[in-house]
Amino acid sequence: MTNGWIDIKNTDMMLIMGGNPAENHPCGFKWAMEAKRDRNAKLISVDPRFTRTSSTADLFLQIRAGTDIVFLGGLIRYALENNRIAKDYLANYTNAAFIIKDGFKLPEDGLYSGFDSEAGKYDFSTWNYEGADGSDRQAGTVRHSPDVVPGKAGGATPPPHLPPNVAFDLALQHPRCVFQLLKRQYSRYTPETVERITGIPRDQFVKAADLFTSVRKDGDMKKVATIIYAVGWTQHTFGTQIIRTAAMIQLLLGNVGRAGGGVNALRGHSNIQGATDMAGLYDSLPGYLKAPVPADSDLDTYLKRITPGSSKPSPWASFNYYSNTPKFAVSLLKSMYGDAAKKENQFAFDYLPKVDRDYSWTHIWDDMYNGKVKGMMAFGMNGVMIGPDTNKNINALKKADWLVVGEIYPDETSEFWRAPGITADEQKTINTTVYRLPCAGFAEKDGSMTNSARWATWKYAAVPPPGQARLDQDIVAEIFLRVRQLYKKEGGKFPDPILNLSWAYADAAHPSLSQVAMEVNGKALADLTDPTTGQVIKAGQQLPGFAWLKDDGTTACGNWIYSGSWTEAGNQMARRGNEDPSGLGVFQGWSWSWPANRRVLYNRASCDPDGKPWDPSRKQVWWNEAAGKWVGNDVPDFKPDSAPKDHMGPFIMNPEGIGRLFAPIGVIADGPFPEHYEPIESPIKNPLHPDQSNNPLVKKFKTPYDKFGTPDEYSIVCTTYRLTEHYHYWTKNNPMNVQLIPEPFVEIPVELADEKGIRGTEMIKVISARGTYMAKAFVTRRLKPMMIDGKKVYQIGLPIHQGFRGIAEDEGRDARTPANLLTPAVTDPNAHTPESKGFLVKIEKA
Amino acid sequence: MSQAATELIRISGHAGTVPGAGLNREFQVCKLVDTTTCIGCKACEVACLEWNGYTFSETTFNNSYQTMPETAWNYWNLIKFNEHEREDGTLMLLMRKDQCMHCEDPGCLAACPAEAAIVQYANGIVDFQEANCIGCGYCMTGCPFNIPKFSPKARKVFKCTLCNDRVSVGLEPACIKACPTGCLHFGTKKEMKELAETRAEQLREHSGYREAGVYDPPGVGGTHVIYVLHDAKNPELYGGLPKNPQVPLMVRLWKHPLKWIGNFGIIFGVVGVFIHYLRYGPKVVEGDEDKGHGAKP
Amino acid sequence: MQESRRDFFKAATVGMVGATVFGFDLKPAYAQLKELKIARAAETRSTCPYCAVGCGVLIYTIGDRAKNVTPQVIHVEGDPDHPTNRGTLCPKGSSLEQDMLNPRRLTKPQVRRPGATEWQDISWDDALNEIARWTKKTRDETFVEKDANGHTVNRCEGISFIGGCTDTNEFNYLVVKAMRGLGLVYLENQARV
Repeated sequence: MTNGWIDIKNTDMMLIMGGNPAENHPCGFKWAMEAKRDRNAKLISVDPRFTRTSSTADLFLQIRAGTDIVFLGGLIRYALENNRIAKDYLANYTNAAFIIKDGFKLPEDGLYSGFDSEAGKYDFSTWNYEGADGSDRQAGTVRHSPDVVPGKAGGATPPPHLPPNVAFDLALQHPRCVFQLLKRQYSRYTPETVERITGIPRDQFVKAADLFTSVRKDGDMKKVATIIYAVGWTQHTFGTQIIRTAAMIQLLLGNVGRAGGGVNALRGHSNIQGATDMAGLYDSLPGYLKAPVPADSDLDTYLKRITPGSSKPSPWASFNYYSNTPKFAVSLLKSMYGDAAKKENQFAFDYLPKVDRDYSWTHIWDDMYNGKVKGMMAFGMNGVMIGPDTNKNINALKKADWLVVGEIYPDETSEFWRAPGITADEQKTINTTVYRLPCAGFAEKDGSMTNSARWATWKYAAVPPPGQARLDQDIVAEIFLRVRQLYKKEGGKFPDPILNLSWAYADAAHPSLSQVAMEVNGKALADLTDPTTGQVIKAGQQLPGFAWLKDDGTTACGNWIYSGSWTEAGNQMARRGNEDPSGLGVFQGWSWSWPANRRVLYNRASCDPDGKPWDPSRKQVWWNEAAGKWVGNDVPDFKPDSAPKDHMGPFIMNPEGIGRLFAPIGVIADGPFPEHYEPIESPIKNPLHPDQSNNPLVKKFKTPYDKFGTPDEYSIVCTTYRLTEHYHYWTKNNPMNVQLIPEPFVEIPVELADEKGIRGTEMIKVISARGTYMAKAFVTRRLKPMMIDGKKVYQIGLPIHQGFRGIAEDEGRDARTPANLLTPAVTDPNAHTPESKGFLVKIEKA
Repeated sequence: MSQAATELIRISGHAGTVPGAGLNREFQVCKLVDTTTCIGCKACEVACLEWNGYTFSETTFNNSYQTMPETAWNYWNLIKFNEHEREDGTLMLLMRKDQCMHCEDPGCLAACPAEAAIVQYANGIVDFQEANCIGCGYCMTGCPFNIPKFSPKARKVFKCTLCNDRVSVGLEPACIKACPTGCLHFGTKKEMKELAETRAEQLREHSGYREAGVYDPPGVGGTHVIYVLHDAKNPELYGGLPKNPQVPLMVRLWKHPLKWIGNFGIIFGVVGVFIHYLRYGPKVVEGDEDKGHGAKP
Repeated sequence: MQESRRDFFKAATVGMVGATVFGFDLKPAYAQLKELKIARAAETRSTCPYCAVGCGVLIYTIGDRAKNVTPQVIHVEGDPDHPTNRGTLCPKGSSLEQDMLNPRRLTKPQVRRPGATEWQDISWDDALNEIARWTKKTRDETFVEKDANGHTVNRCEGISFIGGCTDTNEFNYLVVKAMRGLGLVYLENQARV
């Protein structure tokens, strides 16, 4: 979230799409209800089905799963056509005025300029700003893409750079300025096109567009709208682009950085934010530092590649905060390898594994199936159930040598070898050794978790783990220490990083999470002095924040964005001050939020270019001329002493300092602007460009399990989701939740049920090209048949909670068929998230 | 509030004055249920079950999100769901928390023949005293909301206590505390009534629900659980909320002219037991509520 | 104890008479309030493990944290001081008590040997030693020091670690540190999917 849960109460308008917070985040949704009760805020719910969120909405539109970019693109067009945009915000805080290089081509035929059909990817050289005075030929920044890996051949061409000095036209008239290109790009997304592709009747679409953009009626800047989403947007082969379209709308309307505004990911798990921050993902290191690649032959090369130089119109200033990247990276290496990380050995940079390709989730299973990945440790992660393509994952595990599962309940992954359909005879042929280790539940562990508002909150253990169950951190510590012992005794392949990994916890086999949290915050390794204030931090002291980090080895910090979370003043994440003087729900003294305890990101943009709040009734930060600095009710997300006349951009993490309507040089791999592509399995050919129906960057795996259906056989669009009564694959072990929703079901439209002669509560089969799911039919009017490109299309929905271990499962009360038996292993090219929403199925009576 | 919570104002089947009557009354409590912000999450159902410590019943999917068709002796709080299509074709998912209404003029109490099996506290809470319950089931007949439910094993009737154990020490009821959206609210009857009316007005003026209103039925003297409805003209749409609930005429008739019989409460109780046996004795109650999984330690 | 309705009725009558005879205050006999079950329980502040709203929860346990008590959960409710949830909880948060007192919890290490059709128990020590041995074996077999272009890559290509999204930041950091330390690149998390 750019903003936070409580901040939703400050909004005037909510667009909730690709998410169902009333069901999946009820306690956060209270703030949406608060906005409705206290401000008469409006709520628009756009979803493939009428959900419990929709039941509270002022307007509900049923959309075909996977067509969100068309709806949002239509919204952009509507805002532009009706002049419901934030002109000053747009010109000053976004790249609307920047001029794009000649040769850049919009995807009228489905492809941007630079597509290499053989490699299946783009050359980004035209996706760039035009340099003023030929400055685009100078070295500047490098691209920010997650896809930073040079070609397999290793002969990587140097990635394109942003020009340090950007050509621009503040009048927004230049035919190649971002604003004009944007207009052209979305001119195709008319209400008629929206209706044809999404199935939303055009009058309803226009009603929604009018309502949402009404916050910018007559150029008024006071009102604010928020956009709220979840995995209904991410789980597509163009998921990143859906979210980008939302971000673009919010920039166009001047809603980012403002109380009650922003782009807000709900996030479905208690610490999905923290797990991402800590980089439990192959392509990043803690604090969103990019993982090193083979071409990073030494630390300097690596730092140079990942540290951007500023790029902006010459009269403007840019903070370009990521210019500090070397301090974050070197402090991380010091934290990881301690004394073994020295200047002489480039702070042990060689110890870090270098990633040369996509090692993401679906690749793990594909590579395991192909015999490459031989061992797996799964802690609190039920990979068989998560899918996609549960059958493929089960068959991959059959080929592994060993599997370690740390869990609190018996789960499907640890019992893959006796999944339904595997006979005792077949079990005897499965040679995987499986260890199942009893872990600790949430109430048995202390530590911090970071919610979607970026609040890191400390919790305390209430009870000891049951029986022989152990704390998860103790198990991982024991495994690591025993491996280290083996390398110490026996030697082996490159043991240095194992032997030298810093593990300086008072009780090495039972690391105290307080000590780990202090390590994450970072400390001084030598006496440090602030040159301007003269403040001194003694060696060994906790750092007050990331501004103190150094790239010379005199600081250690496990995750720079968490620096400030455990200072000399103690554990900031355990703070419980609940005063809120501004009434905006900031709660500065409650727990701690990254970065630097800021609650609303980019909050400089809540003020006009002169530093005055757009809405004086919702004052977040403002420029205090007398004091010569930014002050406010929140921590300013800005260079504190940069006067408005310097024209420093509010988006300080971008080298341009502005919000990107146009995403340059491949930071988004599949296009600088989002374009609608059909889901990999779709009932129609993309009406915008039938010859390029799908995202051109999507690749398919080649195992026998990677099969895809066609609309003539599988004509129904299927989407998956959670119910409010259950949490993923966890509460099927909790009798209270099982009582609320005792059996799995499939939600199907009344009309489809009539057509097939299915009555409610009858058992039905849902069949995709990959598998069969069985559950009772829930015949409902909350899903209606739709007209898509002149064709009648049904959508059905199935909750994901059925597995093959659980209370109901063990009692034989359901068919023991996980929902992800149906889903395909195709992913978004940027985030590598699988397309679990909007695939094709057929149904029949069981 | 705590004094009001323990102070009796009426006692079933009891002759003479109520002990302690005439003391200063504290305020009356009230639950406000705003169905327009209910999201049907059932947090109130779980909070109720957990607080009151009941085991789990086996439920079955019934083409609805609703946990079970009606409240049960060990399930006092149930969200009722209704998919309602309006005249303009738009859909509403109406969700209403069903539970004891804690009537000002409680039909259950009027019908109860057993001394002190049902009491009404000064704060408005109508409470069943299981120790005194004879299991005759008259209260079930007396209730216009179909709330009291008979437990075949305990041979007694149970219903929501409005968490008087919590209220008596100054806490809010468990359902109220849990409610994520604040569709449930707790306070004095006066204030809840005002809040409800304000909300109804907001719905009429800003959300286009022209028939929005407050449900506080006069037929039972008003209730200590009141609703805000999008459509107050049609309360039946909300899982069968009666339009004009009344204490059944029979209950009123026999209770008042025959009030002397209260002096023979014991005899009456025996008759009640006998009648109850005739009515309910042989009946096998659906589902075995003791077969619940995961009984508490 | 199965008590017939009639027996119970008799007992109740006797009780009522007794109360009057001995001159006890009538009020308790008319109405008895349940006692507050959390009146003297210890209260621990925690965070709900489910979605990312991060609701504050209060876990009530038997005892007052005295040394001679093993705490047992008796109740969970929302933390009214927490600015986000203000004491509220959803149906999943409200059922957390049954997550902690759950008979389905795993309580001992188990192993499923190659070709086996059942789990067998294993000691922690044996399990951890075997896992360490597997880790070293697979790492040594699949470790790549230099790629085809001669670049130093130092990665282990044969082991994957997958993590969930309901554990703490500190656990996640420890995992990333230890697993990157072992050279893992197949390091993924629920956050991806």
